[in-house]
Amino acid sequence: MTDSTLPLARIEIERSAAVERGYWRSVLGRLRHDPTTLVCLGLLALIVLAVVFAPLLAPHDPYATGISRRLKPIGTAGYPLGTDELGRCILSRILYGGRISLFMGTFPVAVAFVIGGALGIVAGFYGGRVNMAIMRVMDVFYAFPSVLLAVGVSGALGGGMVNGVVSLILIFIPPICRIAESSTTQVRNLDFVEAARASGAGAWPILRTHVLGNVLAPIMIYASGLVSVSIVIASGLSFLGLGVRPPEPDWGLMLSTLRPAIYVQPWVAAMPGVAIFIVSMCFNLVSDGLRSAMDVKM
Amino acid sequence: MAITFTPAATRHSDRGGPAQPMLIVENLRKHFAIKADRIGQPGQTVKAVDGVSFAVAKGETLGIVGESGCGKSTLARLLMQLMGADDGSIVFDGDAVGEARGISVKELRRQMQMVFQDSYSSINPRLPIRDTISFAPIVHGMPKTQARALANQLLERVGLDPRQFGGRYPHQLSGGQRQRVNIARALALSPRLVVLDEAVSALDKSVEAQVLNLLSDLKDQLNLTYIFISHDLNVVQFIADRVLVMYLGRVMEVGPVEEIYKRPRHPYTRALLGSRLSMDPDERMATPPLSGDPPNPVNPPSGCRFRTRCPFAEDVCAGTLPSLADVGGGHQAACLMADPRSGHSRAGEFVEESLPC
Repeated sequence: MTDSTLPLARIEIERSAAVERGYWRSVLGRLRHDPTTLVCLGLLALIVLAVVFAPLLAPHDPYATGISRRLKPIGTAGYPLGTDELGRCILSRILYGGRISLFMGTFPVAVAFVIGGALGIVAGFYGGRVNMAIMRVMDVFYAFPSVLLAVGVSGALGGGMVNGVVSLILIFIPPICRIAESSTTQVRNLDFVEAARASGAGAWPILRTHVLGNVLAPIMIYASGLVSVSIVIASGLSFLGLGVRPPEPDWGLMLSTLRPAIYVQPWVAAMPGVAIFIVSMCFNLVSDGLRSAMDVKM
Repeated sequence: MAITFTPAATRHSDRGGPAQPMLIVENLRKHFAIKADRIGQPGQTVKAVDGVSFAVAKGETLGIVGESGCGKSTLARLLMQLMGADDGSIVFDGDAVGEARGISVKELRRQMQMVFQDSYSSINPRLPIRDTISFAPIVHGMPKTQARALANQLLERVGLDPRQFGGRYPHQLSGGQRQRVNIARALALSPRLVVLDEAVSALDKSVEAQVLNLLSDLKDQLNLTYIFISHDLNVVQFIADRVLVMYLGRVMEVGPVEEIYKRPRHPYTRALLGSRLSMDPDERMATPPLSGDPPNPVNPPSGCRFRTRCPFAEDVCAGTLPSLADVGGGHQAACLMADPRSGHSRAGEFVEESLPC
């Protein structure tokens, strides 16, 4: 461009340069203007760090019991969040328990996202008999209430964390698959997929370039909402003795063992629930914020 | 620039020679099954395209006109092999499509491309438009950098500055600009035949004129052949060399554009031409030349499809399915009145009607 370019034209060129910054940088740019998402992301990062560095942060041994200090209220000297029915420090147990709970919340959902998403996209994209076969199998899994299915699978495989994870993955695949299938079916019928077929492209390039980008966002949003469900069901399994075994700290397990204490120390008993609530809320808000930041149509 | 844009005719060899039509369509048929309302009842079929035959010569523009629902878009999708035909054959430059010794569907799609009607849904909203254009060449094995350079050239060719527009997303463009992107995408494989399905119908009148001029220029520069599908008779008159009139999945009339517009032989064509808007206050119409909707294509009328709305319909029209009869000047009409031996009382007589042209 020469110096004789009109100012207006120069502005236009600068604007188009901004457009060319690349997809991910523009996503980051939009995220910067979304305080809710930023706060939630920060909170999640803090929680993850706190859980990872639990041995450094925890004031006490999470397994150390003490009959003399049972069910102390919040704010007791040395025990900021009080103690449980065996006199163990709630804060330390929440910090250590977060390791298992966060893992049980995210890992099964992530695996189910990959498997269920792939199955659903294949079913939606190919349609016809492939769709029929995949979706009817999903319907069979759907017929059982998810908690019952998880209990059944864990029961059949035997207790323990690994089997708990497997059963959680199994119950999250059908709903994710269904969301993936319906959004893929919608996208598949749009003219730009037709145009891609008309250009002679095979199934894989069309899927990768034209379908994936348009269906991943809704699947991701849905899956992130499942994180809290996963934490709760995992704790349900622990409660039934099918997941984590008692002395081990786990948010769901803590919630259920503190249940009888709800009349004595209601706030202390609620603490593990507060932790679950904050984590699941952050996941929901972050995924919502990411969706709108990733939407180029905004 | 490193690579030059080669005109289509030099990239894909002209196999059949100039006399061989670019495309011959013979008796093309597509019926859609619709589910029965009740168990035990036989399912019905929609006869979207019902025995359509025509040919397109090299370098010409064939306009296809008709009311909505007459099967124009189905015909376009059949030609592009986006759906399989129930019956009939397509011959591209002397090679039968999809047959053992003919041209493969993949190769056909290199040489024949389509511009879609809806410029919103026909471009991926999540891809910068440069990537939309370079997608097809990359699929066909062109290196990425070369495909991007080609996309830039094509953007330039359709009148969009690649530096300014290349990285934009479809929602940042106007309708006319999006349709230009659509055209650039269709040209990315250097096709010889382009099917334009209502390519300008959704545009403002002023933008429509620009895009039509662009299409004419591209056709001259790149030796293209067009099949131009539209419901707008004025646009077809402007751009087409020959016109094909469709009604309920069948060809009613086909011929050179002046013949069709000056001496229409089929009552349906006359009615279509009569329903054009006129700027002349002396041309006021008291009654519309065509009233009502076309009959349901599930159960089309027997004999001539148009007889239920035709002012000249007689008993014989219900019994005989008129075939395309030559009426001179490369002009054919599927009307019993155009066939002297049909038994229609006005057969053979030329129904003259003053038409504003």
